[in-house]
Amino acid sequence: MPDADTILGLDDVHYRWPGRTSFGLHVPNLTLAPAETVLLLGESGSGKSTLLSLICGTIIAQSGVVSVAGNNIASLSAGKRDRFRAETIGLIFQQFNLLPFASVQDNILLPLQFAPMRRKRVTGLVAEAERLCRALGLPGDIMTVRAGALSVGQQQRVAAARALIGTPQLIIADEPTSSLDAATQATFLQLLFAQSSAHDTTLLMVSHDARLSSQFDRVIQMADIAQTVRGGT
Amino acid sequence: MILRLAFGSLVARALTVGMTILAIALSVALFLGVEKVRTGAKASFADTISGTDLIIGARSGSVQLLLYSVFRIGNATNNMTWKSYQDIAARTEVNWIVPISLGDSHRQFRVMGTTPAFFERYKYRSGKSLALRDGAVMSDLFDTVIGADVATTLGYDISDPIVVAHGLASFSKHENQPFHVSGILEKTGTPVDRTVIISLEAIEAVHVDWQSGAQIPGQSTPADVIRQMELEPQALTAALVGVKSRLQIFGLQRSINEYPLEALLAILPGVALQELWQIVGIAETALIAVSAMVVVTALIGMMATIFSSLNERRREMAIFRAMGARPRVVLGLLVLEAALMAAIGAILGLALLYVGLFIGQPLIDSAFGLWLPIEAPTMREVWVLLGVVTAGAIVSMIPALRAYRMSLADGMMVKI
Repeated sequence: MPDADTILGLDDVHYRWPGRTSFGLHVPNLTLAPAETVLLLGESGSGKSTLLSLICGTIIAQSGVVSVAGNNIASLSAGKRDRFRAETIGLIFQQFNLLPFASVQDNILLPLQFAPMRRKRVTGLVAEAERLCRALGLPGDIMTVRAGALSVGQQQRVAAARALIGTPQLIIADEPTSSLDAATQATFLQLLFAQSSAHDTTLLMVSHDARLSSQFDRVIQMADIAQTVRGGT
Repeated sequence: MILRLAFGSLVARALTVGMTILAIALSVALFLGVEKVRTGAKASFADTISGTDLIIGARSGSVQLLLYSVFRIGNATNNMTWKSYQDIAARTEVNWIVPISLGDSHRQFRVMGTTPAFFERYKYRSGKSLALRDGAVMSDLFDTVIGADVATTLGYDISDPIVVAHGLASFSKHENQPFHVSGILEKTGTPVDRTVIISLEAIEAVHVDWQSGAQIPGQSTPADVIRQMELEPQALTAALVGVKSRLQIFGLQRSINEYPLEALLAILPGVALQELWQIVGIAETALIAVSAMVVVTALIGMMATIFSSLNERRREMAIFRAMGARPRVVLGLLVLEAALMAAIGAILGLALLYVGLFIGQPLIDSAFGLWLPIEAPTMREVWVLLGVVTAGAIVSMIPALRAYRMSLADGMMVKI
């Protein structure tokens, strides 16, 4: 079992997609410490997305324990799991991160709609959203701009601001830099690290780009922590 | 904020959403329009005659008697004699009686012979009396008062001559006894607008030289000579009766229906109208059913639009789920969106209806004599609108449940 000092712990977790007997995932053990930055490297089809879904609680392991901030995900009801995710985890996707028709401000404040505790931690919602935007290198007057009108780099920064607002304990980023050019990629990561560090937030970033390794506290190879099961039952 | 986002999502798909809303709006406008025409037609029919207790004619069907005597639709199969009319007029229960003699025409408009009492006793729209727009009632034997539509359609004015044709579609005309327009009535929205009114004696006057439905060859009595004649009608088409006390209506009706000297029929206009509604009820129901099906089709169209948008919106739903929204929030958003589209469609449909009424009201009135009042929506119409919104929300449950299942299956890692 993960101890109380871990923000994320997986212990002998088995998962197989319903109706898809050809693919399954087994994670014997994985732990992340608070404020740690971890890069998870893996090839396509290595089970990264399945692992992230298990951590976020949108799918539940058939056996084993997934624990986030000391809570066993499987022990929570579906409704509580959704709220727990909103309270505890900030998410950044690879691309198409934002609601394109909504303003930058609405996109950043969206998770707080479903996370009352996280919302309470923010004094002055709009001011905090503006502060995060500025800290991530976005212009101050961007709040009312429609998200769909932004460049890809700007959209990823807005997504980062959305993940950071209300200081969730864990940020999961699923290849957030894959659609950015090298210069923008470096700037984005620096800003993300700075903000994570400022709030003691744990960062788990998934990528297949090993060149990013030096910037993280720890690098994990998917193949080292998980076994994929292909074919049979 | 969630509402704002739902609205924003709709705006982002403005074209397809707009077309869907337009389809709903048009179907709602059609449905309410049919309702308006239906209730307007009923009201118009019901308003045609008011304050008349009984209509008397030769024995036929009550609806037939009502139709030919009041609405000038169809013809009498027989007449009632002048003697019977006088007998009934002399009864103590009768407060007033107005004779009606139909049969001739003037350029597609019916000619009606009656007495000056008609202008005093005929009421429409809950007791409204006839009023002259121009001129005066008949003072000479060959004077005529014409309805508003007759004057407008034929371009007649005071003193213009009118030649009455024998029968309804006859080439034989009473050319030797031309009439002159002495008065033009105000528009009433009733068949009176399409009637040429002459005196009962004038009906006899134009037939002085006629026998068995044909003019006597070589005979043409000058008008001045006819004026000197004692002209007493032999028969009438119908008579409108008002009784002294409402308690006497049924007694008088029974007595007339059992009149020993002639087969007569006395009807209560309201009861005959109810019978008429029963006859046309099936067509009315079919009309409502067809327009309701148009609304259902529009709602199914909306469902198809939502279905087709689901795939392109999987990312949007995944973002909501990733941010902590429960699957039922995704379901709720789609239902809310559908209800919003249906509500906007319903309100737009109502607006279209009123615009249509403003434009179409005078045209429908002049073309069909049907007056459609422009009034605030009735409770029935409000219920129809609420029904459309509710039906829209219910129909959207089908794609919404699919979205719910998709959001559960996709989680937040959907790759598109």
